[in-house]
Amino acid sequence: MRPRYTSTGDKDTRSGFGAGLVEAAEKDPRIVALSADLMSSVKMDAFAKKYPHRFFQCGVAEANMIGVAAGLATVGFIPFVGTFANFATGRVYDQIRQSVCYSGKNVKIAASHAGLTLGEDGATHQMLEDIGLMRGLPGMTVLSPCDYNQTRLATLAAAQWDGPVYLRFGRPPVPNFTPAEDPSFQIGKIQVLLDGKDGVIFATGHMVWHALQASYALEEKGLSIAVINVHTLKPLDKEGIAAWLERSPIIVTAEEHQIHNGLGDAISHVATEYCPRCIHRIAVQDTFGESGKPDELLEKYGLNTRHIIAAIEKVLHTLK
Amino acid sequence: MDIPTLEKIAAQVRRDAVRMIYQVQSGHPGGALGAADLFVALYFAHMRHTPDPFSPTGDGEDVFILSNGHICASWYAVLARSGYFPIQELSTFRKINSRLQGHPATKEHLPGVRIATGSLGQGLSVAIGIALGKKLKGDPHRVYVMIGDGEANEGQIWEAALFAAHHKVDNLIAILDRNYKQIDGDTREVLSTDPMEDKWRAFGWEVLSLHDPHHFPTILQTLEEARQRSGAGKPLIIIAYTTMGKGVDFMENDYRWHGKAPGPQEFERAIAQLPETLQDF
Repeated sequence: MRPRYTSTGDKDTRSGFGAGLVEAAEKDPRIVALSADLMSSVKMDAFAKKYPHRFFQCGVAEANMIGVAAGLATVGFIPFVGTFANFATGRVYDQIRQSVCYSGKNVKIAASHAGLTLGEDGATHQMLEDIGLMRGLPGMTVLSPCDYNQTRLATLAAAQWDGPVYLRFGRPPVPNFTPAEDPSFQIGKIQVLLDGKDGVIFATGHMVWHALQASYALEEKGLSIAVINVHTLKPLDKEGIAAWLERSPIIVTAEEHQIHNGLGDAISHVATEYCPRCIHRIAVQDTFGESGKPDELLEKYGLNTRHIIAAIEKVLHTLK
Repeated sequence: MDIPTLEKIAAQVRRDAVRMIYQVQSGHPGGALGAADLFVALYFAHMRHTPDPFSPTGDGEDVFILSNGHICASWYAVLARSGYFPIQELSTFRKINSRLQGHPATKEHLPGVRIATGSLGQGLSVAIGIALGKKLKGDPHRVYVMIGDGEANEGQIWEAALFAAHHKVDNLIAILDRNYKQIDGDTREVLSTDPMEDKWRAFGWEVLSLHDPHHFPTILQTLEEARQRSGAGKPLIIIAYTTMGKGVDFMENDYRWHGKAPGPQEFERAIAQLPETLQDF
């Protein structure tokens, strides 16, 4: 099964979150939202306008925001807190750890502007360690959808999921290629986007589109490379992943995250448990980013279609 | 409940806390003894609450959050003796497989605990969230939260202070356990938070002073005044000038008893000052 995915136009994933939040709130009166002075950037303004009494502006005070959300969850509400990925994780790690995860609170952490593609604001804001931080917390579910439509669906799924969720998305408009309604999107299950017998690319977030383009390009060179969308980093679909590890001669992971503690490490962990394999990891190589346009940054730090193709060709050469 | 009965319970709660800490040779006696009278006043006289069956959401009742979770020995004793869980369970404090964790936790489902606390500065924000939730649900009950003196060093406390005033969280009554002690010494020497009352006023809070938080008539009068004055658009805080280690002479006002268990001889001296007024666990 190798469908030809096409984009219906570039759209930012954060807007998918904004749309999903309003929809979820329409269905469930328990949903409330909190923002730390980034309401518009994180696309929570439509919710705030429609449900002013269910929206709490917290100002630039993220630690308090997490605590207030935990309190609202204690009483039975379903709070979505929204801010940039670095303020949503590293800045409030201890608050998430104690008041949310250890306390078992049904809080949803919506993290926008994740990764290098935040762009010109530079390394202070380019969060590349968040997946690792959140994966490590007992009880946390970690979602990293790949486009606008999937971010909307992930938001709706997070609202229905019982327990803490970290929902990661980004800033720039990117190709929107998954269906608006997609029964194959389920928390905790990998999505096989393209079948392939010569190798497999496990990708997450913005890198899924790049993985698809790499697979199509390699197809023209006679290679059949599968593309798996790992939109749920935790709980990880270990059996689903292990099956692809066993059958694929070439294994590549691709993520807009540090090489440590992200998708590549998660897949490697499965490999060590089920079938030890050599895995090539495309990620930021233990360094900070810098200012620049999203495409320039992805090129410079090795995170685009060209680099995925190069990685696969290199592994292929080694195998020969 | 009459004053002599409250005093009798408070005496036993102090004894419980010291015995619990001594038996496991770990815990925080100083703050637990200092806040014991406040806990007893809240749970046995002031708050409108239902110990059994315990409701984790606290709908339709007053809710209390202990933000300075380390002083939980006497809080656990008050929870047990007011009917949240069996008194005998106090003997499991800080031991393996216990619901009475070293710092309060919800994972083991101990009735009375609604949020994990211990890492400081977080409980005030949580209490504010519960108070907002009660407003959304139209529940007129109050949310009480205790914060420690050293805990007021945490930036999150002041984030929460700003937020509560801005959002007019007036169904919240905070109590600051102002004993002027923290782990490394006197709060005025470690990191001064003076003038404490002026700070809260400047942040937009209603402030009440409780100068004798070990005298039940005064405690109850102040709590009642707090309840009367709440609901008027401002969050309220009671600055309670407690005596750390209250009830055990050699622990009183000595910061070294923040987080240390008494040895055998110290325990004998302490327990001699803490009569068994109700049955020991």
